Amino acid sequence: MALEQGGVPTVAVHTNVFARLAQSVARANGMPTTRQAFVPQPVVGKSAAELRAYIDGDDPVNGRPFAQELIAGLTDPLDDADMTGLSFERSTPRLLEPDSEDRLHALFAESGWTDHLPIVLPTEERVAAMLAGTSRAPDETVGRLRPTFYREFWEFTVEKVAVNAVMAGARPEYLPVILAMAASGQSGRSSSTTSQATVALVNGPIRDEIGMNYGVGAMGPYSHANAAIGRAFGLLSQNLQGGSVPHESYMGSQGNFLSYNATFAENEAASPWEPFHVQHGYSPDESTVSLFLGGWYTVFGGGPRETWEQKFTRSLQACDPYTGPIIALDPIVARDFVKLGFDSKQKLIDWCVEHARLPAREFWDNQWVQTLLHPRAVAGIEPYATMLAADPDEEIRIFRPEDIHIVVVGGETGAMWKMLGSGPRRVTVRVDDWR
Amino acid sequence: MNRKLAVHDPRGYPPKVTGKRLAPRLESLSGKVVYLVDCLFDNSDVFIGQLRDWLGDRFASADLRLIKPRESWVDDPDMRARIEADGDAAILGVGL
Repeated sequence: MALEQGGVPTVAVHTNVFARLAQSVARANGMPTTRQAFVPQPVVGKSAAELRAYIDGDDPVNGRPFAQELIAGLTDPLDDADMTGLSFERSTPRLLEPDSEDRLHALFAESGWTDHLPIVLPTEERVAAMLAGTSRAPDETVGRLRPTFYREFWEFTVEKVAVNAVMAGARPEYLPVILAMAASGQSGRSSSTTSQATVALVNGPIRDEIGMNYGVGAMGPYSHANAAIGRAFGLLSQNLQGGSVPHESYMGSQGNFLSYNATFAENEAASPWEPFHVQHGYSPDESTVSLFLGGWYTVFGGGPRETWEQKFTRSLQACDPYTGPIIALDPIVARDFVKLGFDSKQKLIDWCVEHARLPAREFWDNQWVQTLLHPRAVAGIEPYATMLAADPDEEIRIFRPEDIHIVVVGGETGAMWKMLGSGPRRVTVRVDDWR
Repeated sequence: MNRKLAVHDPRGYPPKVTGKRLAPRLESLSGKVVYLVDCLFDNSDVFIGQLRDWLGDRFASADLRLIKPRESWVDDPDMRARIEADGDAAILGVGL
């Protein structure tokens, strides 16, 4: 669409499963008649002959020959709608039309404003009570969110965040954490086809002040604070960014269980190492929430036992090479690593970086490495350029130190650890700014 | 249960949408510079290559130029500037 504005007639080719999304984006950009042509899904894995058949075949969205659509898109005369585009104001009211409780619950469900579970209706009284959890003004702008980078940003205020916090069943004392998550700019409802989820880690005194669980069952449904904060983040993400609707604003092929909730806290007192937020420049008495856009995979293990190096090496190799892991260690495991000489998180991270290796051929064959990192390598950006220059059989390091995160969490009922997909983007936000 | 409740709208604030016009269309691709933009999705280079061959067979006088952005999922103003400077038309594929 930017090329059209630059005076260049353009046709964008998409696969048919993206039709509704592509048309929705065109409309939101004021160019609803932008020319689009569609081929069948998938393109990935198809041979040249099969893709040539797509070109010779019909557009699966409108049923007309694909090539005819393509040529017509560049050469057919424009009409009035093409010449003006579409301008419109959209507004969302502060309050909905008063109605019965049952009908309002139905409205929220049918409008896609829930996570398909019952919500607490955000009455004026409940929202006012929630707002007591922060000193910030209700009409203060918190930030902007969008489902993915090519979509439009929607803005929101403190009050709008409080509305979604009420819906999730949160308590006012949780609101500073929820506001910090909302202010991060990181959505909990990314529309990526890879089915990203956003993992959230809370550090600092706020954990105990609001009763977060970082002990037994910290990553499960065993804490009202963990559960409600995580749910609030999901609801506010979908509602404040303009929706999370399959085929329109959500394209995750498989979805992600962690989208329901992936919020937990670090067990700082039981950890032999400095807390995560202190590693990243905050003081121990500051409270933060760190968000990791990813959450694609989980690898599990126990130990460290006699063969831990082999187990860890295989586990790191099993992680997606595009995104390094959050290594979540029970305190027992963390202390055992100290006995093995890892007296800092950084030493264990460095060990992982050194041992997480794959043959260059296998690394570059990964779909997301190929799509997202290969162009950087070709452009000469390090370390990717050197990795690309490696012999295909050479075992290359797949992660950088900043790609791997170590967190201590758990209640010491077992020497267990997990490697969770962290994703390509991490942001840490001060909770104290939102008290 | 018949009591009416006033509740908040949970949605954020969308931006105003300003209409934008399409660029003037061509009479034909013949003799024109057409950029074929490989969006860098997996296998899109093969598709774009096939499309170039297909167009080349039918518009022999068209100047078909393959081009790639510097990264996928990132706007590339330099690439756009190049297309706008000497391109008559563009086809982007495959992806958003």
